[in-house]
Order: sequence, then structure tokens, then C-alpha cells
Amino acid sequence: MTGQPKTPESDAARSLKSRNRALAFVLVGFVVLFFVMTLVRLGGNVAERSF
Amino acid sequence: MNSGTLSAIISGAATTAPAHAPSLATASDFFALLKPRVMSLVVFTGIAGIMLAPTAMHPVAALTALFCIAAGAGASGALNMWFDADIDAIMARTQSRPIPRGRITPSEALGFGVALSLASIATMGVLVNWLAAGLLAFTIAFYVFVYTMGLKRRTPQNIVIGGLAGAMPPAIGWAAATGSLAVEPLVLVALIFMWTPPHFWALALYRADDYARAGVPMLPVVAGERATKNQIILYTLVFLAVSALPVLAGFAGLIYAATALAFGAVFLGLVLQLCVMTAATRALASRRAMRVFGFSILHLFALFASLIAEAAFGVSALMGSLFA
Repeated sequence: MTGQPKTPESDAARSLKSRNRALAFVLVGFVVLFFVMTLVRLGGNVAERSF
Repeated sequence: MNSGTLSAIISGAATTAPAHAPSLATASDFFALLKPRVMSLVVFTGIAGIMLAPTAMHPVAALTALFCIAAGAGASGALNMWFDADIDAIMARTQSRPIPRGRITPSEALGFGVALSLASIATMGVLVNWLAAGLLAFTIAFYVFVYTMGLKRRTPQNIVIGGLAGAMPPAIGWAAATGSLAVEPLVLVALIFMWTPPHFWALALYRADDYARAGVPMLPVVAGERATKNQIILYTLVFLAVSALPVLAGFAGLIYAATALAFGAVFLGLVLQLCVMTAATRALASRRAMRVFGFSILHLFALFASLIAEAAFGVSALMGSLFA
């Protein structure tokens, strides 16, 4: 890739890639957060069940 | 901001980027919109609210609450940068922000800020509790609608009243842990509220020309240097008195008391040096103003660090039993 001229398209593509990666990270983080918090909240209730 | 400017900014026409040009904004540009340095102090004071609460929080729930407080603070910052893009481009202090630099269009910042606000409030409500979510929503709305859109360009009391938004995190943290409010978090809110005016007016003294150029009616611009210095002294005395309240209310111990005394004495000394002693040169006056501004951050950090340390090691409880 060295020696190739820097074009606005390549800059835009690089920026888009950076944003997409960050968005993917945030979305996966959200899934994990909701999953773990569900376990945390459910855990107490399961432990205290009457049967 | 008039409606023409507003519509131009919403559409992104105010930036240097041509219309419909592909966005060059990277993830780090969006991160800069969150005002990360402000966010770190907000999170720190939120931790104090959680730690001082009598109800222990599950660590994951506590981290979730802090994440929501951080995201809400960041969203407020992004919305502030969206609305203030025109004056940010004029002021030297804010010219390097992502919108004035043309890295992010105002419409991108607006969408990002709104999405992050809604996500942080909804996540706090669903995963933690709705009182904390309500307080977070109030904080974001107060900062954006009352401070940024209402007060900032209209009155020199902008940062006094608007300071309530920055003071709320301990109450949100406490509400996240307990699902209720009490005297303790409100004392901490009052502490940050009274800290804000001397902190910001010291900066405004240093940046008065910048604010005047942008047409922001900060106290030094409207009332002059002498009146601002008098107000700094007054609010500093009230702030130092309020910093004793955690001890008097019985939820802070000896470590906090020693920290408040030591840092309070130094802060008062710096404030008097700035406001009473005549500075031989303009550069010296600016240096003194920035010293007060910088030390005020350290001061607040130290007060909350001592509260957190006492809560973590149960020192305040120990002191309480000694005095009982």
C-alpha cells in the first residue's frame, strides 16, 4: 500500500471503518452488559426461591 | 443563536466540509465530543454517591450506574458542543473541538448526543432504577436546555445556576444504590454547586477577552474584574463553609476533615492572592487566576477522594463511634 496517493475516498473509508468498529464494540458491550445484569438480578431471585 | 444560524448548524452548513461530503469523523472525534476530562470528575463524584450510600450495590450494577452517569455527562457535552458550535469557533479555548475543526458536522453531533442521552437514561432505568434514571434525565435536560440554551448567552449568573447540572452526580449515584434520596447526597450536591462559581470565574478572569469576543456574558465581561473577584471571595467562603457540612452531618470522618482543612486553607490563600493582592503584570494576574482554577479541581478531587477512602475502609463509621 506504500507510495499510493492519499485520496479523500480512502480517508472517508478509513474513518467509516473506525466508526463501524467503535459502534460494533459498543453494541457488543451493550449485549454483554444486559446479559450480565440479567444474571445479577435473576441470581438473587433464584437463590431466594421458595422451592 | 438565531433561527437561521440554528438551522444552518443543524444541517451542517456551518462547517467547512462541503454538503454531502463523506464524513471524515473517526471514533476518537466522537470521543472528544464527550468532554472526557469533565466526564472523569463527574464519574468520580458519582462514585462517592454510590460508596457513601448505606445500601451496598452489586459491583456490576455499580459499574453500570457509573457507565450511565458517564454516558449521560458525555451526551450533555456533545449537545453543548452542537449548540455552541458558533461561539466555540470564535474562542481560542474551544477552537480545537471537533465541530469547529470540521471533523464532525453539527447534525452528527446532535444525533450522537440525543442517541447517547436516551440510551444512558433507558439503560439506567431498566438495569438500575428509575429514580436514578429520572435524576440523570433531569441533569442532562438542565445542562442542555437551562444552562446551554437558556442561561449561557443571557446572564452572568449562567454558571451559578447552571452549576446544578454538574453537581448532581453524587445524588444520582446515591439514588442508584438506594432507590431514594437523603440529606447526605444533597450536601454533596451543595458542595459541588458552591465550588463551581469560584472555579469557573477564575477561568473566566483568565479568558475574559475570549468570552467577550464570543459575546458570552461571563461575570468579568459584564461586571468587570473587581466585581468578579469580590464574588469569587464570597463564593469561596460559602464553599469552604459547606465543605464542613459532611463532618457536621456525621457522614465524614477525620481524613475528610483534615483534607478539607488543609486544602481549604491553601485554596483560600490562592483566592486571596488572586483577589486582594495587586499583580504587577498582566501575566502574573493570569497565572494566579489559572492557579486558582487548577487548584480548585484538585481540591474537589481531594475532598471526594477522602470521602471515598473513608467509605471504602469504614473510617467515617469508626470516627462516628468515637464521637458518639
